[in-house]
Amino acid sequence: MMRVSFATLAPPALVLGCAVLLVLGNVVPAASSPFHVPIFAVSLTGKYLAYAILALALDLVWGYVGILSLGHAAFFALGSYAMGMYLMREIGRRGVYGNATLPDFMVFLNWTKLPWYWYGFDHFAFATLMALVVPGLLALVFGFLAFRSRVSGVYLSIITQALTFALLLAFFRNNMGFGGNNGLTDFKDIAGFPLQADSTRNGLLLATALALALAFLLARFVVLSRLGKILIAVRDAESRTRFLGYRPESYKLFVFVLSAVIAGIGGALYVPQVGIINPSEFSPANSIEAVIWVAVGGRGTLTGAIIGAVLVNLGKTYFTSALPDFWLYALGGLFILTTLFLPRGLVRLFEAKPVAALSEVPATKARAA
Amino acid sequence: MATDDVSLTRRGFGGLGMAALAAATLGGVTKFGISSAHAAESGPIKIGILHSLSGTMAISETTLKDVMLMLIEEQNKKGGVLGRKLVPVVVDPASNWPLFAEKARGLLTSDKCAAVFGCWTSVSRKSVLPVFEELNGLLFYPVQYEGQECSRNVVYTGAAPNQQAIPAVDYLMKEDKVQRWVLAGTDYVYPRTTNQILEAYLKSKGVAASDIMINYTPFGHSDWQNIVAQIKQFGSAGKKTAVVSTINGDANVPFYKELGNQGIKATDIPVVAFSVGEEELAGMDTKPLVGHLAAWNYFMSVDTPANKAFIKKWHEFIKNPKRTTNDPMEAHYIGFNMWVKAVQKAGTTDTNAVIDALIGVSVPNLSGGYSTLMGNHHITKPVLIGEIQDDGQFNVVSRTPGLVVAQEWSPYVAETKDLIGDWRAPLSCGNFNVKTGKCGGASK
Amino acid sequence: MRLVLFLIGLVLLPAFARAGDPSNAYSAFASGDYDAMAAAVTELAAAADPHAGAVIAALQAGRLYATEDGALLIRGDDGNYTDLLSGKPVAADEDTVKKIRMNNAVRRAVEAAEGGLQLFAADPATRRAAAETLFKSHDTAALSALTRARAKERDPSVAEAMAEAEAAAIVMSPDAPEAAKLHAVAVIRARGDLEASALLASIPSPTPAVAAAAHNGIVAIQRVLQLWDVAESVFYGLSLGSVLLLAAIGLAITFGVMGVINMAHGEMVMIGAYVTFVVQEIIRAHAPGLFGASVVIAVPLAFIVAGAIGIAIERGLIRFLYGRPLETLLATWGLSLVLQQAVRSIFGPTNRDVGTPSWMSGALPLGGLTITLNRLTIILFALAVFAALMALLRYTSLGLKMRAVTQNRAMAAAMGIRTPWIDALTFGLGSGVAGMAGVALSQIDNVSPNLGQGYIIDSFMVVVFGGVGNLWGTALGALLLGIVNKFLEPFAGAVLGKIAVLVLVILFIQRRPRGLFPLKGRAAEA
Repeated sequence: MMRVSFATLAPPALVLGCAVLLVLGNVVPAASSPFHVPIFAVSLTGKYLAYAILALALDLVWGYVGILSLGHAAFFALGSYAMGMYLMREIGRRGVYGNATLPDFMVFLNWTKLPWYWYGFDHFAFATLMALVVPGLLALVFGFLAFRSRVSGVYLSIITQALTFALLLAFFRNNMGFGGNNGLTDFKDIAGFPLQADSTRNGLLLATALALALAFLLARFVVLSRLGKILIAVRDAESRTRFLGYRPESYKLFVFVLSAVIAGIGGALYVPQVGIINPSEFSPANSIEAVIWVAVGGRGTLTGAIIGAVLVNLGKTYFTSALPDFWLYALGGLFILTTLFLPRGLVRLFEAKPVAALSEVPATKARAA
Repeated sequence: MATDDVSLTRRGFGGLGMAALAAATLGGVTKFGISSAHAAESGPIKIGILHSLSGTMAISETTLKDVMLMLIEEQNKKGGVLGRKLVPVVVDPASNWPLFAEKARGLLTSDKCAAVFGCWTSVSRKSVLPVFEELNGLLFYPVQYEGQECSRNVVYTGAAPNQQAIPAVDYLMKEDKVQRWVLAGTDYVYPRTTNQILEAYLKSKGVAASDIMINYTPFGHSDWQNIVAQIKQFGSAGKKTAVVSTINGDANVPFYKELGNQGIKATDIPVVAFSVGEEELAGMDTKPLVGHLAAWNYFMSVDTPANKAFIKKWHEFIKNPKRTTNDPMEAHYIGFNMWVKAVQKAGTTDTNAVIDALIGVSVPNLSGGYSTLMGNHHITKPVLIGEIQDDGQFNVVSRTPGLVVAQEWSPYVAETKDLIGDWRAPLSCGNFNVKTGKCGGASK
Repeated sequence: MRLVLFLIGLVLLPAFARAGDPSNAYSAFASGDYDAMAAAVTELAAAADPHAGAVIAALQAGRLYATEDGALLIRGDDGNYTDLLSGKPVAADEDTVKKIRMNNAVRRAVEAAEGGLQLFAADPATRRAAAETLFKSHDTAALSALTRARAKERDPSVAEAMAEAEAAAIVMSPDAPEAAKLHAVAVIRARGDLEASALLASIPSPTPAVAAAAHNGIVAIQRVLQLWDVAESVFYGLSLGSVLLLAAIGLAITFGVMGVINMAHGEMVMIGAYVTFVVQEIIRAHAPGLFGASVVIAVPLAFIVAGAIGIAIERGLIRFLYGRPLETLLATWGLSLVLQQAVRSIFGPTNRDVGTPSWMSGALPLGGLTITLNRLTIILFALAVFAALMALLRYTSLGLKMRAVTQNRAMAAAMGIRTPWIDALTFGLGSGVAGMAGVALSQIDNVSPNLGQGYIIDSFMVVVFGGVGNLWGTALGALLLGIVNKFLEPFAGAVLGKIAVLVLVILFIQRRPRGLFPLKGRAAEA
């Protein structure tokens, strides 16, 4: 039974609270008032929160099970593509070529009918389902093969990177039918609500905040349950856990799939707020950035993932405007300084050092020099 | 080991920390939204510059940011526009497409830019297009592209396929009597559309399908051994062969190096490229490339007083006499001057007024003629074919006798062959179907 | 102005085409009409005009100029102009003379003409090259010259080349007797390469016998070439593999010994490439004669510079992250961003021009294979680097210590090995090797701040595929992956080939979770 504690309820409550405040700030004060929150800030926050969902998903597998997935953005991107496909079909006749069934990019590639994998995406429910199922399925297959063979550590990380890179190359191909390099864009509305309208944007922010809150609660539930204890055992001493009779592969697989599904939700909420989905979302650099968010915030804490994602992206937005020629120094410096001086993340800044170090290398095999 | 609740065992910190963070986020995010107090009609005019300064596209786009800064500085020396100074607002979208949209939104809402000059790849333009259309902004897009677009809020100062690709193919057919064609491109929209157009055009000129080889490679492809061998093989069937290259940016260097190494000279199999300009050649050893061609609307070697003056100013501004100029820079030069003229004509920087005033504006280009903005928001351009020299410059070997009007909707794509774009009243439509007489699609 | 000259040229063209008068041919050069120029070149060469050689040489060297009234000038090394026809020096000023440029049509005419003129040169290599050019241009007008030259020829290989060129000219000429043509087809078929096949396919209006002979010739040549294609794929695979090997082997060292995932590895490669650029810039400015040696000079310099930076990174950053290899990943990722931006700020974001020395340019024909020299050099270089590293690991005391630390760090420390120092040197060594890889890569790829990003993923694949901590694994893995990729490419295309290789690596790791040659032993369980 999940302990209904401050630690469990405070973060989602705060996230929801902030979102509601922002929406109220946009809707209530007049446009000229200094308290008015511009709609641009609403969308930006929505984007940050969608990233926070990805970070949360990653923290679940990395912080609690010790799987450093360098390809998690692939699941996020797959969720985005699923929602993007729905949004493309919603354009209908309002596309540039005025074709009711075929999206614009298919028209100019001279395709005459919709490929089979696009069927069904004209229904919102189906698209949402796909945004959950497709990443989950991929995680299931990949994880099954990987964990059963006991691929671990750095090997696992590198093959997750190979996975996302392969997907990147595949989706870049124009022949794949997903828009190639241009991706899917020019969306008009979602479930009947026009995407450009302020009310839709506010709604999306609230939906994202809600999704983040629910994902957080779900993650807490998993982590605080008995299952969670086994996960931590698997992370810290896998062989011992195996010898005690548990099957680490099954637990790892379960959490991996769950994490992929959560990332998919994040992606599905990301794309209507950003307006475009493009294969570069699959790039390994995106996945590594997600790892950075979790590291900066503090891995293994769930809250830290959210904080890290929001802070780092805020920093990026700020620096690319304020220091356009030098922002990479600032960002790179941030990563270096965080790992050197905040190794356990911001959230644990004032924490006493725990007895057994929360290192990625299990305690029995520490390679300390 | 109670590591799960470690994050908030210090409740005080946890609560305070979260609250502080929330406040910081709110503050940080809304800070970007605080509207500037400047009224729209007085005070300095802000010009947005939306070019990647880092990431894969920085190689091409950084020089465009620099040329915009130079043009703004020059205009300010002349007293600005309507007596108001111009202020550049430079942001770095870092070759990241969602970041392009975010930055565009920032430039239009926070900075209230009167016009934005930016983008390079079609993806970046497509991701900012909804933003410009929603917020009624004005974007000047300086790069050659695949057409199939005609937005009211964009001025396309780069070449459409009929202003670059078709004249190049015509030149090769006439001068070199080319009969076999290799259409080699990077796998994305611009090469795919261009190749589609070229394939249809070649077939309409009687070239057999077996004499056309089409090949696509991924971005940044660096191992060309196989493909160059295939080109060699294709070119040894006894008919004169040429390669039409829409290979993008970076991949050109290893491609040309491999061509040179495998002994394919321009006199055997000439390669005409559409994405290789002086800037790209500066990073290559051009001796093995002498004789290969490029088709643009401007070359740095064009011998006109206007061009010489421009290059001189450029070298003084950038403090480096070895920096090259290229076609997209000229496009920005033309676009900027058109914008200035339109603002002066309209007497205001209000977007709607400027868009209406822009159509029909004519400014001098750098190759000795004039460029006019047509109703389809594209400009008229001369087409120049140049051969690479060993100093990295182009020798102009052919020039269209007059200016070419852009055909933004390709007549070779079934769905668009009946479309035209004309933003003048009464049509005011980007994709008007001349057969049905209706304005279709969503480009308002 | 050009238009006027063009019109004048048009008017004059029929005039001197009929007259065949050399003095009119010279005026074509100043006209700006490329077609006229090409015709003039051919005419001058055919007429064996005494100044033809001078004109052609000047055109090729870019030293032919025209004054405003159409007189032709040649510019000497000292910047002074001499009149072409009279040979007298002329005072001319840069602004009043116009450089005469060529286009491809003119270039072709010049090459063919040069071929004809050089048939009688003193040097056999020049004669052979001339015969080759004439084979390619299959100019029927050169037939008589070829027959004469062949009659005089003593050198057998040159004679063979001349015979082939003669055959090419015969087969393309409309009025040669059928028997001569059949003999020519046989000669061309015996030559057996791609150009021969192309020539046989383009015989104009052949008689049935000639057509049949040509067709058989083409089929026979293609069959042989197909076998060579397999060898070609192997060569391409080896060269791709050697590039992967060079890029990955530095990573294998740091990975294997220290367990550090160094995401800044690609930037070390990039730094090596930029060192090559700087070396070449210095040589170009101060000692242009040394250009051929620039790459050789750059290799040790790149090793030192990248190695020094590597040691600095290790001492300044990685050392604080001992026992936390995955945090090192993050820190080095941040470092890679900083390094990229630093290089971008210093050298600018555009590609930099790194030239290839002449001994590495061009190709070596080997039967039906074209072995490009730069790739061959890279293959040999990669093997040399690999051998040197293996020797270092096996025969030196540093190597011994490195191996000890790889196998069991705690024990090695207990035996008195200063593990922090070994770590620093290992990191420096890995980075230095990456720097040398950068020198090699600068010859085949762009030199830009993004250079490293293109190789980091592939390097990791290779290291993981081969087995962490084992150099043989890395070498074999790199070559295997390269060959598989290159064999898949002609069938599936470049993208699908790459995806297929990635999927194969993923599946392979499922079967052998520690790579091709895993490190054995309890201490290796990580």
